[in-house]
Amino acid sequence: MNDNNKPILELKNVTTHYGPILMLKDVNVEIRPGETVCLLGGNASGKTTTLKTILGMVVPTEGDVILAGDKISGLNTTEIVTKGISMVPENRRLFKRMTVLENLEMGAFIRTGSKGIAEDLERVFELFPRVKERLGQRAGTLSGGEQQMVAIGRALMANPKVLLMDEPSMGLAPFLVQQTFDIIQQINEQGTTVFVVEQNANMALSIANHGYVLQTGRIVLADTAKNLLENKMMRQAYLGEV
Amino acid sequence: MKNTLRQRIGEQFSLITLLLWALRVGVFIVVLWGSINTLASGRYEASTWINLVIAGLAQGSIYALIALGYSLVYGILRFINFAHGEVFMAGAFTSVFVAEALERSGFFPKYPILTFAILLIVSMTSSTVVAVLLERIAYRPLRNAPRLVPLITAIGASFFLQYTFRGLYGSGFHTYPEFGQLWGVWNIAGMDIQIVQVFVFLASLLMMAGLYLIVERTKTGKAMRAVSEDKEIAALMGIDVNRVIVITFVIGGMLAGSAGVIRGMYQPQGIWFFMGFHPGLKAFTAAVLGGIGNIPGAMLGGLFLGVFETVGPTLILQGLGIPAANQLKDAIAIIMLVLVLIFRPQGILGEKLAEEKA
Repeated sequence: MNDNNKPILELKNVTTHYGPILMLKDVNVEIRPGETVCLLGGNASGKTTTLKTILGMVVPTEGDVILAGDKISGLNTTEIVTKGISMVPENRRLFKRMTVLENLEMGAFIRTGSKGIAEDLERVFELFPRVKERLGQRAGTLSGGEQQMVAIGRALMANPKVLLMDEPSMGLAPFLVQQTFDIIQQINEQGTTVFVVEQNANMALSIANHGYVLQTGRIVLADTAKNLLENKMMRQAYLGEV
Repeated sequence: MKNTLRQRIGEQFSLITLLLWALRVGVFIVVLWGSINTLASGRYEASTWINLVIAGLAQGSIYALIALGYSLVYGILRFINFAHGEVFMAGAFTSVFVAEALERSGFFPKYPILTFAILLIVSMTSSTVVAVLLERIAYRPLRNAPRLVPLITAIGASFFLQYTFRGLYGSGFHTYPEFGQLWGVWNIAGMDIQIVQVFVFLASLLMMAGLYLIVERTKTGKAMRAVSEDKEIAALMGIDVNRVIVITFVIGGMLAGSAGVIRGMYQPQGIWFFMGFHPGLKAFTAAVLGGIGNIPGAMLGGLFLGVFETVGPTLILQGLGIPAANQLKDAIAIIMLVLVLIFRPQGILGEKLAEEKA
């Protein structure tokens, strides 16, 4: 770990409420450029709320979200996205009645400069040759695996500083889960910082540098992925070891 | 065996399905019987039918232009803007004063095309301003309210607009000046075709083609479609959802404003503060008929409704011996709305209503 490296995305003492209900309590997460960081936790542990807080869909009651040194908590989603965060949402949520190409174009909605967009389109085609064959098709007619590819491609089209992924393994066949995580690793190796929120701890830790474990809105464990994989409590609680 | 068979039949044909089938068959028989009678009587020649269809297309294209406003807004907000008829009225009513002034000054007879352009701009601008103000003042504060609330607000806004315009412009009838050049006939293959009807139809088609290009090809159009599918994800793409909603009202207002001028040219009389109610209702029917939220559906529904209510009374009702059938065209339009709601609530082109839409 390079300590001189300043975090690109940071949650500092973030506390979030839905109305009167406490969702996150004093959450601290640091994501450094070029890293893959995963956030693990079971149902209702606050994983999705964390992402919503980063994206400004929920405003933290305390603490700050900081992107590349700038405070972004308090901005609206559109502004935050424009500053360089994009997300692959849970269950993919493509625009099903629009074509694959239009979905990818929507991913680049905030960008100007057709040259950069064209380059990123090529990059998506390199990652997912299948997507190129399906460009004119309506996204709703694709298989689950293909939709996952388009959803990731759509998020990459924003050319984000940080790519957020909400439960990428959700609703996919096991071989597709493996494939998805291979892709995430590949994207990370190409230089994009990735923040994955997952229930599938084994899979997520296998590609991450660092991991955080969330339990009822609190970070209970934070360490390198390697240490977490060996952590006894971790193994019992999340990795299916009795 | 017999018992189970009877039970099975009993399950499949409950009283309600039986009634619906009886209704279906009944409607079919009435339509068929009336049409055969009319056609067999030989009172009308083929050219009469063709003329009726063309008149229907002209009427229908006005409905279609207004129906698009209903459908666009429904597609994005899942809510029926019942004040849209008044958006149409605002354009026609405002532009009629400009038209009258231009006629008095002698400008209109000299430059009819320029006058048409001026009227179009005036009408579209006033309709658009009304539509945008509606959204900003009446609907946006209720964006997250239960669905019934904006609906009732829309009905209230409709009355508010009617009486505001009555207060502004008075309660008298106004008349569009006649575009004399349009009121001739073309003689094609022995048939007299009214030029104005062809003009109305073509002008509306042009507007609709423009809309279609905007929605399908431009970045804004794509953003509109994205917002109509999933607002949250659209925002995640960096699309300013509020802006897209305003643009939708602007486009709906422009189409309604153009419909106002076209209506004034085609039916110059009866321009007053209440003129939006009827076409509004018909256009809503057309939008539902085509599949609400569906853009080609609104176009098709409008044209179909126009043709049906023009041809239908003569074809179906006269054959049934109903006197003065032509006065029943509104009845026939509303009956059709009811039948569509019973048998095909998703409309001609509508997809099955998903839960989020229903």
